[in-house]
Amino acid sequence: MSERPTAPPLLDVRDLTTRFITPEGVFHAVEGLSFQLERGESLGLVGESGCGKSTAMLSLLRLLPAAGRIVGGQALLDGTDLFGLDESDMRAVRWHRISMIFQGAMNAFNPVRTVGAQIAEALVFHGLAQDRGEAQPRVDELLEMVGITGARGSQYPHQYSGGMRQRAMIAMALACSPQVVIADEPTTALDVMIQAQILELLERLQRELGLAVILVTHDLSVVAEVCHRVLVMYGGVLAESCEVDGIFNQPLHPYTRRLLAAFPDLSRPEGKLVSIPGYPPRLNALPPGCRFAPRCEEVHERCLQERPKPRQVLPGHWVACHLHEAGAANDRT
Amino acid sequence: MARRDYLLKRAAWSVLTILFVLILNFFLFRILPGDPTTSIAKDPRLDADTRAALAARFGLDKPLVLNVQGGGLFDSQLFAYVDRLAHGDLGVSFNYGRPVGEILGERIGNTVLLVLGGQLLAIILGVGLGLLAAWKNRTPLDTGAIIFSLTAWSLPTFWLGILLLIIGSTYFGLPTAGRQTVGMDYASVWAQAIDVGRHLLLPTLTFTIVLLGEYMLVMRSSVLEILSEDYILTAKAKGLSQGQILRHHALQNAMLPIVTLIALNLGFTVAGAIQVETVFSWPGVGSLIYEAVRRQDYPVLQGAFLVIAISVVAANLAADLVYGLLDPRIKSP
Amino acid sequence: MPRAFRPRRLPEVGVPGRGAGMMKPTARWRERLASVVRLFGRNRMGLVGLAMLGLAIGVAVLAPWIAPYDPETTGRVTIDDIYARPSAAHLLGTDDGGKDVLSALVYGARVSLVVGFAASLISMLIGGSVGLIAGFYGGRVGNLMMRLTDIFLVIPDLPLMIVIVAMVGPSLWNIIIVIGILGWTGTARIVRSQALSLKERQFVLRARAIGAGNFHILRRHIFPLVLPLIVTNTVLVISLSILEESTLSFLGLGDPTTLSWGGMLNFAFTRGAISTGAWWALVAPGLGIVWVVLGCTLLGNALEEAFNPRLQSHHLQGEERMIARPAQPGASDA
Repeated sequence: MSERPTAPPLLDVRDLTTRFITPEGVFHAVEGLSFQLERGESLGLVGESGCGKSTAMLSLLRLLPAAGRIVGGQALLDGTDLFGLDESDMRAVRWHRISMIFQGAMNAFNPVRTVGAQIAEALVFHGLAQDRGEAQPRVDELLEMVGITGARGSQYPHQYSGGMRQRAMIAMALACSPQVVIADEPTTALDVMIQAQILELLERLQRELGLAVILVTHDLSVVAEVCHRVLVMYGGVLAESCEVDGIFNQPLHPYTRRLLAAFPDLSRPEGKLVSIPGYPPRLNALPPGCRFAPRCEEVHERCLQERPKPRQVLPGHWVACHLHEAGAANDRT
Repeated sequence: MARRDYLLKRAAWSVLTILFVLILNFFLFRILPGDPTTSIAKDPRLDADTRAALAARFGLDKPLVLNVQGGGLFDSQLFAYVDRLAHGDLGVSFNYGRPVGEILGERIGNTVLLVLGGQLLAIILGVGLGLLAAWKNRTPLDTGAIIFSLTAWSLPTFWLGILLLIIGSTYFGLPTAGRQTVGMDYASVWAQAIDVGRHLLLPTLTFTIVLLGEYMLVMRSSVLEILSEDYILTAKAKGLSQGQILRHHALQNAMLPIVTLIALNLGFTVAGAIQVETVFSWPGVGSLIYEAVRRQDYPVLQGAFLVIAISVVAANLAADLVYGLLDPRIKSP
Repeated sequence: MPRAFRPRRLPEVGVPGRGAGMMKPTARWRERLASVVRLFGRNRMGLVGLAMLGLAIGVAVLAPWIAPYDPETTGRVTIDDIYARPSAAHLLGTDDGGKDVLSALVYGARVSLVVGFAASLISMLIGGSVGLIAGFYGGRVGNLMMRLTDIFLVIPDLPLMIVIVAMVGPSLWNIIIVIGILGWTGTARIVRSQALSLKERQFVLRARAIGAGNFHILRRHIFPLVLPLIVTNTVLVISLSILEESTLSFLGLGDPTTLSWGGMLNFAFTRGAISTGAWWALVAPGLGIVWVVLGCTLLGNALEEAFNPRLQSHHLQGEERMIARPAQPGASDA
């Protein structure tokens, strides 16, 4: 959908649709989500919790819970559709080509094995080392890259502080030199000082190693600091996507504007997504029209009946809103 | 350092428990009605002098716990009892007319043989099947495993023993009583071992089935909990296969509650031994207790209870040590 | 005792977790009860357990009308009446005393159930109060109580029961009391850990902040939330108590004036039922025990799941069904 005629994007997600089939009904967690990720690019994925960000990311790695179903779409990594691979080929993709930094690294490490062993495990499994011993230099290197002395690799996760554990998680995610790193709320459970450190570390590594990073967060200030491009999700669908400056200087979707309004001062990092009246839609009982309509201040008749499709209203600026049919957008600017 | 503290604490705790058992044992046989020595010394048909003489003979004229009237603070029934125990004197059996310690010594080996075999089999099968059931959560295999476990848990041990005894002797010609064939001359040690093995088969099988159900249920819930932990998702994201995840990340963690259970369950095992040995006339401590009950052989009963209680406490201490080895978090709590 | 371990939480994927929000302490009683009843109703094993237990209770209550013979009256017994095979007159045959096994079985249900319920009532009262006090008040007294509980937990129950019953004499009440006062440790431990965690929760701290007293908090906030746990545990303790009673009776330590299922087995086992091949005298009472114990166990397990719904799945499940999109011709080698 991007109009750049150059090399195909590193990751091209088309019409990703994921549902959860549960006894309580079908949850439309992600509907028709499309985006591209270029090499070395840092993409921010923003939205309230429960808007489908994490589900979309877990779908890419095919790590959904048992109730999850990818019912449509493609995820092309260098042209290969991840959803068409068989399970063992998919295992080879995980961590080696796309790795993930999970939220709350608290429980992301196995408590009864040393941190070093758990990093080495990934190397050995993907054939980058014959055994634990051979993996050791690389493990030390990785730990030192994130500012942990190699000797601490022989310690257990509970001997690490929260920030340290998250750094070790980052080291582990980089173990197999993946092309894409997905960071799912990497700073959520940490205090403010540590959050800043972790983001700085992520940004530095992204620059130095030329990684493509998808940063999932509900915190717009984080995006402003780290990302090149932003994708705003609401209720399982794309609301708006553009360069990071565009989001802050010229937000088009009413939801994005409400999000920004909740951040009067972007330099205040403790801000959260607050003060948008109403609740995010329940994904098993969606409104028939635009999913944001019940909370939107600029709602009109059409929004209640017809779902807006994402349209490119400015170069590289996509928005899914009836207010911004191509012409309407021009009026505003 | 911390681990040593932990072990010291557990050891001190065991000593305390054993002391409590000693005191309980002492009072049980002094306070409750029914002890023949006490009854004789209080028999109203005897004249006062005879009663006094008997009481003096058995030391019943002394104060129960502490001697505050003179003759030394510790010149009491309790300390006389502890003193005798310290010298390995558990009293003399009414029934056999021999020291209780000697009788217990002859029998304890047989009980250990029986219990060890049954426990080992039950642990191996229980852990394996529990892992399988949890992995295949909510499939017919899992449901079948749960129903089997709950049924096995609900079987009275002695009744299962009787059923197996009838089936084994009728259809498989297996021996039903004792440790080896009476009056048999063995050509070799090997032949004797086979004979003992044949005698062991049914009692061991009974034991295994009764213990298996609970081990399986606990292992299943334990694995189920662990497979829902975040670090399992991490392991999956790292590209590990299901088998690797089960082996490297689920098994060790899931064994922790099993170790505790095995230790706590030893009391239950002892109960099983009493029943199994009674049904199969296996010459161990359990059948000794059964006989002692029938013949009101109180010294044997008291001695057996003491030995069993101390073994169970010791086994619990051993389990604590194993736990300390398995769980690195013990090192620095 | 089967004790379920529960996964702590659902990974955050935007699906309202089963169980995650279900047991919020602020939820209204009526709603909670409704959800428990609904979940229990879905559990087939639990319903079977309830039916099994219900049938046993029915038989015990209606024993005089169901039993074909009165176990108290002793008719003339000839040698042919001893261990007689099942027949029209004696559907389950006769025992070593020439008595009808079916009648003894029906009356035996009374003994098992009375012992089971009474003993576990004692256990529940002791274990519940010890656990609540130790968990809620904590401090030195709570600690001491838990140490004592730990000691009792380690001491093997059956040998101790045997010793005590052998010394005080095997009457029904002695058996009930002995089983009751030795069976509370598990309940105490579970209740304590629940009370411990509840006492740190928001709504309790809030109640304390507005000046609610200990007793008020205990009664209004802690007890209602611990109660389901106590009930579930008690159902499981019933099955344990019944097993223990039958074992004591089998070992010859049953009340000699009432014939329990364990007692029937004791007589059959020691008086030659095996050698005469009188399997009916051995099988019938045992099946009675298994019936009641299994009923309680199934019921207890289902209650536990209804009060504390578990996750439907874990991380290693659903792999093979995850890709559910329509066929994509040639997409994979694009």
